[in-house]
Amino acid sequence: MPDMVNIVVNGQPVSVPSGTTVAVALLIGGVTHFRTSVAGEPRSPVCGMGTCFECRLTIDGLPHSRSCQIQCAEAMEVVTS
Amino acid sequence: MTQADVLIVGAGPAGIAAAVRATECGKQVTVLDDNLSEGGQIWRGAPLHPATAHASKWLRRLKASGATLIPGCRVVDGDPGSRTLQAETDEAALDLKYDQLILATGARELFLPFPSWTLPNITGVGGIQALVKSGLPVRGKRILVAGSGPLLLAVAGFLRKHGAIVPAIVEQTTLQQLMGFGLSLAGSPGKLFQAASLKASLGATPYWTSSWITKAEGTTRIERVQIRRPAGLQTLDCDALAIAFGLTPNTELASLLGCDLDNGSVAVDDHQRTSRSEILCAGESTGIGGVDLSLIEGEIAGCIAAGRDDLAKRLFPARRRARHFADALKQAFAPRPELRQLPDARTLICRCEDVPFERLQTCASWRAAKLHTRCGMGPCQGRVCGPALHFLFAWAPDSVRPPLFPVRIAALLASSRK
Repeated sequence: MPDMVNIVVNGQPVSVPSGTTVAVALLIGGVTHFRTSVAGEPRSPVCGMGTCFECRLTIDGLPHSRSCQIQCAEAMEVVTS
Repeated sequence: MTQADVLIVGAGPAGIAAAVRATECGKQVTVLDDNLSEGGQIWRGAPLHPATAHASKWLRRLKASGATLIPGCRVVDGDPGSRTLQAETDEAALDLKYDQLILATGARELFLPFPSWTLPNITGVGGIQALVKSGLPVRGKRILVAGSGPLLLAVAGFLRKHGAIVPAIVEQTTLQQLMGFGLSLAGSPGKLFQAASLKASLGATPYWTSSWITKAEGTTRIERVQIRRPAGLQTLDCDALAIAFGLTPNTELASLLGCDLDNGSVAVDDHQRTSRSEILCAGESTGIGGVDLSLIEGEIAGCIAAGRDDLAKRLFPARRRARHFADALKQAFAPRPELRQLPDARTLICRCEDVPFERLQTCASWRAAKLHTRCGMGPCQGRVCGPALHFLFAWAPDSVRPPLFPVRIAALLASSRK
C-alpha cells in the first residue's frame, strides 16, 4: 500500500497515493471542471506536460498554477475556478 | 548567479546524453527542466512506473556524471549578449550564465481542432500517458485513441496494460503509407522488434486507417465521437478521447535567443550548432526523429560544447542512420488536407482566449489575428493554437517575446536584469 497524502479540493477532502500530481488527484476525485474558459466552458487537462495551461487552478492561494506539474503535498488547498 | 561551462535546457534523452558526454569531457554542466524530474516525456519517471532498461542506463549515467540538475525550472527570458538565461523555480528566480548553451527543449503534441474538441476528458495521446504515469487510474474506462503516428499504438498498448478498454485506434494516414513506413524500418531491427512487441500488447484492438474524428459530443464531458471511415460515418461511445497528430518541435526559446528556424525546427549544422555559434540544439527541437536520434544528437552536442569535435565525429554515421527513421516518420504520418475542413464556424481554435474559426477566417496573418481577436495571446502563448494555425492557414509563427512563460512579478523583480 503506497503512502497516502491528503489534500482539500473546494473544501472536500481527497486522499491519493503520494507522488500523485494535483491534476490527477482532481480527476481521481471525479472533478473534470478544472477551470472555466473565457466564454464559460468547463476545461480539463489536455497535454499533461505543462504546455497547454488548461489544468490551471488556485493552489494554496496561488492562482494559475499548472496542476499537472505540481505534486500533492499534505493539507494542500486547491480551488477550481 | 550560477555559472556553468555548459548549460543545458531540457533533461529528456537529448539533454541527458549531452550532459553525460560534456561532463565526461571534463566540463562543469548544469541541466534545467520544467518537469518535476528528469527523463523528459518519453522517460517520465514516477514511483509506480519504473524506467525501462534503456532509460535506466542513461538516468544512471546522468546521476553518476556530477552534472547539476535543476528540476521544476522554467526559463522565462535570455540575453545571448551576456550569455545569461533568466529562470524561475517555485522557490526562487535564477540568473544562469553559460559559456556554451545546449537547447534540448523537445517537442509537444500537435493538436488539430475539430468541433467540441475542448470538452473535458479529451486529452493528448502523450497527454493521457503522462497523466496515467502521474497516478491516474484508467481500469475499465473506455478510451478511444486517435490522430496519427506511432505513438497511438504505443499508448493504446500502455492503456490496455493499465486495464483500460481501447475500443479502437483511429489513424488518419493510409494503410499504403503505413506499409511503406514498415518497409523503411526493415533496416532497423530494433525498431522492427518494437513494432512486433507492440502488436502483442494491442491484442485484438481494431486499428482503423484512413479514418479520423469529425466531432466530439457531450454535455459536461465527452460522451461520444463521430468518426469518418472509408465506408462512411460512425458514432462510438467513450469515457475519454486521447487525440494528437504527432509532435511539433519546441522552438520558442531558440527563437527568443535569435537562432534561425528551418521549416518549424531549430536549424543546426553538422556540429548541432545553431545560427548563433555559442548555442547548440539537439533532439526533437531540431526536427521530430524519435529517441535514438535525440540521444545521438545529444551526445554530439555534448562533445562539441566540450571542444571534443574528434569524439563527436565518430557519431556522425549513427546519426545519419537515425535520420532515415525521422524522414520515413514524417512522410508516413503527414496530416491529410481533409483535416483542414474539420473546424466549423464556431469551433474554438485558440483555447486560451476562446477564438472561434469564423473570426480567424477573415484575418490575413497571425499578427492580424492577434490584434483583432487575441488569438494566441493567452497563458499558453500560442503553443497549442500556433501549430494548428500553421496547418489550417499556413500562417508563420509571430515573433517570440519574453516572458516565455507566465511568470510571477516577484520573480521578474528579483532578476538581476531589470
